[in-house]
Amino acid sequence: MTDLTSLTLAEARKGLADKTFTSLELTDAHLSAIEAARVLNAFVMETPDQARAMAREADNKIAKGDAGPLAGIPLGIKDLFATKGVRTTACSKILGNFVPTYESTVTSQLWRDGAVMLGKLNNDEFAMGSANETSCFGPVGNPWRREGSNTTLVPGGSSGGSASAVAALLCMGATATDTGGSIRQPAAFTATVGIKPTYGRCSRWGIVAFASSLDQAGPIARSVRDSAMLLRSMAGHDPKDTTSVDIPVPDYEAAIGKSVKGMKIGIPKEYRLDGMPAEIEKLWEAGAAWLRSAGAELVEVSLPHTKYALPAYYIVAPAEASSNLARYDGVRYGLREQGRNIIELYENTRAEGFGAEVRRRVMIGTYVLSAGYYDAYYLRAQKVRTLIKKDFEDCFAKGVDAILTPATPSAAFGIGEKGGADPVEMYLNDIFTVTVNMAGLPGIAVPAGKDAQGLPLGLQLIGRPFEEETLFSLGEVIEQAAGRFTPARWW
Amino acid sequence: MSVDAATVRRIAHLARIAVSEDEVPHLQGELNAMLAFVEQLSEVNVEGVEPMTSVTPMQMKKRQDVVNDGEIADDIVANAPATEGHFFLVPKVVE
Repeated sequence: MTDLTSLTLAEARKGLADKTFTSLELTDAHLSAIEAARVLNAFVMETPDQARAMAREADNKIAKGDAGPLAGIPLGIKDLFATKGVRTTACSKILGNFVPTYESTVTSQLWRDGAVMLGKLNNDEFAMGSANETSCFGPVGNPWRREGSNTTLVPGGSSGGSASAVAALLCMGATATDTGGSIRQPAAFTATVGIKPTYGRCSRWGIVAFASSLDQAGPIARSVRDSAMLLRSMAGHDPKDTTSVDIPVPDYEAAIGKSVKGMKIGIPKEYRLDGMPAEIEKLWEAGAAWLRSAGAELVEVSLPHTKYALPAYYIVAPAEASSNLARYDGVRYGLREQGRNIIELYENTRAEGFGAEVRRRVMIGTYVLSAGYYDAYYLRAQKVRTLIKKDFEDCFAKGVDAILTPATPSAAFGIGEKGGADPVEMYLNDIFTVTVNMAGLPGIAVPAGKDAQGLPLGLQLIGRPFEEETLFSLGEVIEQAAGRFTPARWW
Repeated sequence: MSVDAATVRRIAHLARIAVSEDEVPHLQGELNAMLAFVEQLSEVNVEGVEPMTSVTPMQMKKRQDVVNDGEIADDIVANAPATEGHFFLVPKVVE
């Protein structure tokens, strides 16, 4: 039954509805695939018993004709989402053996619609990273390798487990989160589709917080259509998150195959970086050509503050993180290291519980918020953020429907290859994606081709607020033109 | 701007993260690399620009000022490292 793992979510939905196979068979096929792929380290916890129980329940509902839109579909859940009764760690030692007594809104909506949980997926500690190397459970392997090489590459991050598992056919789709590119960059590194919806589209309730004004949940999937199906279930208003937006969730799947004729697509000149690999430049041109032949109009646009997005992000995100992560005190949950007094208990717990990257970001965040530095750093960064958002608004005001850019400045790299000496080297991975979080916009990464070494590369489409449907229509055009990419199995 | 060793120790204490003496030079280098990177923001003209406070322009939703949750003390302390009944245990704070 292993071939069941190669179906898309849309194909599996049809097979389940036609009773060609059961959810239990589909789930078992994926559980076996997970077992055989442990070397990838994509899952940090497997929940086979719960998966089979959920699959049986889905099969009953399907038999009764009472199936939800994701009935019987086995998914992986990033370990940042609180799952009731199932250990949730954000891949940090400081959460230890935390077992939530509640369920995140996004996952509860997936279960409401009939999906099956296979387990929890690896990610960078507290979603801080671009290579999934900062997880306390160790790095994740990318199912893709350079042609003729057996070096293990990173899957990107922070949703590296999600991207790796979807690409390696271990789950039919996965939840992910994106603060500066954590859905789109790993999707691009693994030839999967990842969408970060508009800020406010998915509830953040029950998701371990990193930077609250930037964090947004979204799916990683095997196709554009699959990502549309997943987002429809994940999105929606939640009174428990005051930033969650109270507007109806459209049927995103209906946007797939819709004509893009007459749409105006912006090509931002500031994204043409010095030293950008020629392959990425070529891919970008190919993407523009595909959209043009589908009837879209391509125009050059300017987003003048682009180069300031990443530095502004590295003030705003650590500042918010330092505040959000203040809750890990060794008192209410998680790890505790003893001290002679309460302050020492806090200090020892946080020194022992946080990894190097998290410590660094909490400290820089503390610094930029501290007395005497707030105006020079944090306030200035928030002003720059206003300017970044205005760049996009000016562009959309000129009638631009979406913006096409490369998703990443390079293909996947080897474990340990980047950021060893200078953290900024790793941060540059998010140069094309981070502007979207700063402006709260939706962005989708779609596989578009391979580099000379046979590694996947992706394109990004950026949309107007709450116009995810446009991104699905355009993404489908790219997917149809570029085809889909599956890694050769080596694990 | 850059930070010296004393500032690194001060930030670590503010952040409630224990830092040993031999970690300070390394941390100082990393923090200064980040500060050098964000330095380029000083060239942006932000005269008269409002700082962003809400990424999606919307009215803050307000809920009814009523009790809508509670009576879950068992849940609240379920993951605590040290408890007694429904209390969190900490080292003595007040002498």
